[in-house]
Amino acid sequence: MAVTKVVVDPITRIEGHLRIEVEADNGRIAKSWASSTQFRGIELVMEGRDPRDAWAFTQRICGVCTVVHAVASCRAVEDALGIKIPANANLIRNLVHGMQFIHDHVIHFYHLHALDWVDVVSALKANPEGTAGIAKKISPWPNNSATYFAEIQERLKKFVGSGQLGIFANGYWGHPAYKLPPEVNLLAVAHYLEALDWQRDVVRLHTIFGGKNPHPNFLVGGMASAINLDDTATINAERLTDIRDMITRARRFVEQVYWPDLVAIAGFYKDWAAIGGGVPHFMSYGEFPEGDIGDLDKLYFPRGIVLDMDLTRVHPFEPERVQEFINSSWYEYPGGDEQGLHPYDGETKAKYTGPKPPWEYLQGLPKYSWMKSPRYDGRPMQVGPLARALVGYASGHQEIREMVKQVLDTLQVGPAALFSTLGRTAARGMETVLLARQMDRWYAALVDRIKSGDTQTFSRDKWEPSTWPAESKGFGWLDAPRGALGHWVRIKDGKISKYQCVVPSTWNCSPRDGKGQLGPYEASLVDNHPLVRPDQPLEILRTIHSFDPCMSCGVHVLDPRGALLTSVKVQ
Amino acid sequence: MHGPLAHPWTEGDTLAQHLERTGITRREFLAFCRDLSIVLGLGTVAGKQVAAALQQVKRPSVIWLQLQECTGCVESVLRTAEPTIGNLLLDLVSLDYSHTLMAAAGHAVESAKEAAMKANFGQYLLVVTGSIPTKDGGIYTVVGGRTCQDILEEAAKGAAAILAVGACAHWGSVQAARPNPTGAVGVRDIIKNKPVINIAGCPPIGDVVTATVVHFLTFNRLPDMDAEGRPLFAYGARIHDQCPRRANFDAGQFVEVFDDDAARRGWCLYKVGCKGPATFSPCPIFQWNTRTSWPIGAGHPCIGCTEPHFWDTMSPFYERLPDVGGFGVEQRVDILGAALALGATAGVVAHAAATGIHQARERKRQLPVIEPPSGGPPPSNT
Repeated sequence: MAVTKVVVDPITRIEGHLRIEVEADNGRIAKSWASSTQFRGIELVMEGRDPRDAWAFTQRICGVCTVVHAVASCRAVEDALGIKIPANANLIRNLVHGMQFIHDHVIHFYHLHALDWVDVVSALKANPEGTAGIAKKISPWPNNSATYFAEIQERLKKFVGSGQLGIFANGYWGHPAYKLPPEVNLLAVAHYLEALDWQRDVVRLHTIFGGKNPHPNFLVGGMASAINLDDTATINAERLTDIRDMITRARRFVEQVYWPDLVAIAGFYKDWAAIGGGVPHFMSYGEFPEGDIGDLDKLYFPRGIVLDMDLTRVHPFEPERVQEFINSSWYEYPGGDEQGLHPYDGETKAKYTGPKPPWEYLQGLPKYSWMKSPRYDGRPMQVGPLARALVGYASGHQEIREMVKQVLDTLQVGPAALFSTLGRTAARGMETVLLARQMDRWYAALVDRIKSGDTQTFSRDKWEPSTWPAESKGFGWLDAPRGALGHWVRIKDGKISKYQCVVPSTWNCSPRDGKGQLGPYEASLVDNHPLVRPDQPLEILRTIHSFDPCMSCGVHVLDPRGALLTSVKVQ
Repeated sequence: MHGPLAHPWTEGDTLAQHLERTGITRREFLAFCRDLSIVLGLGTVAGKQVAAALQQVKRPSVIWLQLQECTGCVESVLRTAEPTIGNLLLDLVSLDYSHTLMAAAGHAVESAKEAAMKANFGQYLLVVTGSIPTKDGGIYTVVGGRTCQDILEEAAKGAAAILAVGACAHWGSVQAARPNPTGAVGVRDIIKNKPVINIAGCPPIGDVVTATVVHFLTFNRLPDMDAEGRPLFAYGARIHDQCPRRANFDAGQFVEVFDDDAARRGWCLYKVGCKGPATFSPCPIFQWNTRTSWPIGAGHPCIGCTEPHFWDTMSPFYERLPDVGGFGVEQRVDILGAALALGATAGVVAHAAATGIHQARERKRQLPVIEPPSGGPPPSNT
């Protein structure tokens, strides 16, 4: 069969703008290219700003990952200025970031990823009694009656019957790769709708501590939400009770809806445990400090690197080994495009060499993306839930080990199944369960501290720029829902002189490097990967969505000499 | 400011009638329905049923473009409570194009958009999030191989009205902050011949977006706007005038540093940089996330995100605004207007009648000019 060139652009149900091109041959993908097609230049905007404002600017890199850049930025500035935040502020940040994970992963599963596995139209044919039977078997969740599912089905029938399919229009319904029985499809549709309501509720934890979501407020040196049990305008017993209840509802939904659904659906797609593995190296910066941030032994998710899928050994992460390459990216380095540069010394000069829009194909061009290629010790790295699970497993993290064992036993697959499209999706669910439980502990720890009389949420010692050194630099690291995130900042005379972010989707969506090594998206798409109908690229969506792409995060530019960018030329 | 607009789906006005008016023949329509039913997996024979159903269609079409942006505005709308996003999607509108939520991708999703724009030409509501990068031929954001400007101009042609949602669509937001590396501009800078309403904020409160949609559908027109194109029902009042901490401001009770005793008593955040005195926003009234709280309510100063160019005019965020002193509502309004006008570029503001719409329409010129960060040219779209 002839080679078919396939372009999928826009990739929907992600954050931002991603283009995937592949060459398919006889139902398999032979070659792949991942292109990020948006560039905003936010870090360039930051030169000369007050470093205490940086969290707000970098937060706007992404409205989905709305917590992670803000926290990474605060940590970078705190690292540079030697600020230690109070224990309460750390616990509050853990609660806010923990809820970000839970919220983000559930939305990802139901609203961004599920339609790759769930045939909405098939749900119309379901017997609601059958759906109720399945629901009761897999979970104690109370919305499990046949009446309930019949009502959902009726609503869906009315919707489809109207002929206005809205967000479901032109979906790949009836594609042979959909394997779920109609009854399971109906269950998933019901939970798609329930999750929409659930997410609106539990995210209010951000609103209590940060005033709003998306884009809650943060503060270098701690958190701005003062604690006073005897005031109406502060964190008091009423607010704490609201938080407590949200944590409980979040956990209940994760344990009784998300996780059982994920396992049930995965059971019909075990073939995807052998598809889409890709890059065999995994990296986690670690996250959720449970002591001082410098105490790396007290991270809930451990830090480390797994190489070549070898789970018997965890390699240490050393920040100085991170480099960014631009062999396939629309930039140029003054010292030559073959170099790799550490983020502290990063150079960015945009140089677009692609075709004049409208584009037909980018494949085959030497440069084809706004994404750079970060490499660790010269290797591409997968980051995200699977990397955290593998590093945790290899580190002997008891809860992660139990969770991994449970899911492998339930699905009756071996450990090799983890290195796959299905593995990434399952790992996301596993860590959500663990974090939903961990939230209770952080909440209890916060309440205990308040009980003991400690209500401090902010360190004021180094707030005033007059207390800062003339020059400083800092590394703000964090493991975000999508993976390892680093912010590198240089501060001079009270202002930002350089700012660089290397973010999870840059690692995962990176294009080819100088050695021809594919980035993780690209490598996964050519790892035993089917594409049955090139005009209905459902399988591509499955694998790409298993990474939960966040393109706005991935593309960034920093240049301390902003004038460089004004010389950008087309062609 | 603008006349009433045609309701997309007036009484007795079915899709079939729309199509007839817009020059789509019944034959083409039936062919479309047959294709649709095949896509749905219902087989060719269901085409006639689909056609019958489509002719009863009542939900107005909404096309949502996501241009150069962060998806925060979409997320904000997902949090809307009145109506909920589920009701909005299933019962109130037909969201015929949305990158974040559409099941289909690539060619299939683009053709769904084309079909919806054709079927509802002149009638659909166009929602835009994100700015339009204009430098270097628009190469800085390309979707489906096409530039944002190309995509926006095409979609605007058949729109009944345009909602520019969020600071990016309004004026460019963070990527348009100095030095605006990609030449990012807002919808109004590109589209001049259609009604455009700006739902300001970074992001705006989701309920303001849905309320504006519901306003349009219920009253057959966009709500009245201020000079910035923001709906008065949401942006008609200054934060400072609605703030529960206003009494502390009047009494001279200020937070001096975060987490001090004043902070723990919920006093005024003006001295730690609050931009509430220069910001028109519904935050204190609508609040965020099912009326749970809002930035000042959670102890952080307002950063002025509903005002154009706030990244430059309102930063550094923790530095206080120029003197906003004075006591007593009327007097202070005058003093504020005068003080802020001193720094305004548009000349002296005649600010005698500090009431209602007049005040609102003047607000753009009341914005303070705070020392901007050094270096770089001014934003290109002012």
